[in-house]
Amino acid sequence: MGLVLDFSVVLDRWQALLDGATLTLQLAFIAVVCGAAIGVFGAIGRRGGNVLVERLCGAYVEAIRNTPLLVQIFLVYFGLSSLGLQFSAFTVAAVALTINVGAYTTEIMRAGFDSIHKGQIEAAEGLGLSRAQIYWHVIIWPGIERVYPALTSQFVLLMLASSVTSQISAEELTAVANYIQSETYRSFETYIVVALIYVALSFIMRFGFWLLGLALFPRRRRLGTPL
Amino acid sequence: MGGALNINHLLFLGHGALWTIGLSAIALVGGGSFGFLIALGRVSPSRAVRLLAATYVQLIQGTPLLVIMFLSFFGLAALGLNISPLLAAGASMTIFVAAYLGEIWRGCIEAVPKQQWEAAEGLALSRSQRMVKVILPQAIRLATPPTVGFMVQIVKNTSLASVVGFVELTRSGQIINNSLFEPFIIYSIIAVVYFSLCYPLSRLSRRLERSALQKKPALA
Repeated sequence: MGLVLDFSVVLDRWQALLDGATLTLQLAFIAVVCGAAIGVFGAIGRRGGNVLVERLCGAYVEAIRNTPLLVQIFLVYFGLSSLGLQFSAFTVAAVALTINVGAYTTEIMRAGFDSIHKGQIEAAEGLGLSRAQIYWHVIIWPGIERVYPALTSQFVLLMLASSVTSQISAEELTAVANYIQSETYRSFETYIVVALIYVALSFIMRFGFWLLGLALFPRRRRLGTPL
Repeated sequence: MGGALNINHLLFLGHGALWTIGLSAIALVGGGSFGFLIALGRVSPSRAVRLLAATYVQLIQGTPLLVIMFLSFFGLAALGLNISPLLAAGASMTIFVAAYLGEIWRGCIEAVPKQQWEAAEGLALSRSQRMVKVILPQAIRLATPPTVGFMVQIVKNTSLASVVGFVELTRSGQIINNSLFEPFIIYSIIAVVYFSLCYPLSRLSRRLERSALQKKPALA
């Protein structure tokens, strides 16, 4: 029996694939925005001087970084429902991904904040800047600028990892693929198409972050190098 | 219903944990060997080989491991090849790990100072001699901390083999959960087991990194 590949039945369902890809990007967007916020506060907490807060942030980072995302998703999913709270799969997926990427972002941003030279902070103090101003102008933005490449590749990895949320039936791209292949029996073709869509999505994300970097860090735009 | 969590369930989980370790080892050895070839391909003098290796890395790093798993288990089965879950999981992990380790190791090979290459060339060593006797011994020392760090990713990612029915730690947890329906307790136990597998590796990686930083002047 000859091997016949038939991509048309998969490509006919482009509407569903597009919906899935949109949902994947939505999940990634929510997790990146909320995760970045967690990361800033977590990184400040890890170097803020309060021992208890430092320990707490450290425990959060280590707990998340040393357990699989799949298990974290199940824990959030079943944990919330055993508390009697019912949420949609999308909400649970967004929460779990945010918690996950928040830990990685915390660790990356901490490295960025730690790379700010002490002299810079002392100079800012000497200029009479308030604590909040020092953090905002001298530590947070220059720190993020230095680790921006590491951050963006982590965010692309997160977008890829969001495929795992198909296991709690969030209707993102991989779940759509599972659905299409069960309907068409063309699993090889389906997953090849979906893999290529993911490759395209990660290129789009990288390009978007490159543009965002140009907008956020004018110094990088002018000099071509960070700081 | 299944009743309470007992010693047999824990033994079953332990068995799953052993398979998690086994699959991690398969992924490390398979992905490591293949990844080494990828790393060599990335620094190859031939443009075509460099392009081929780079394309492989770009494609795999742009695809979720989950989709690779589905592709090799359901996809190849639909093409008429019957694959066991172990083979599908092992092959997927190998393909996935090779792309990442290859890229990490390429960085390490390129981080060996340029003068070392030139000195080896000046001593009239052939390209393979240069690689084996001069560059790789130094690159391996640079590569150890990030490789140990990546082993954490390998162990965590074996959890995705559960979707193709490979009974490792996560899948054995799901099976137990299907009879007991105590998901929160069971997944908490599983998380703790993963943590105790991964945390020592994380610590080791960080310690190696720190001692490598201290030894840096001697290397350069």
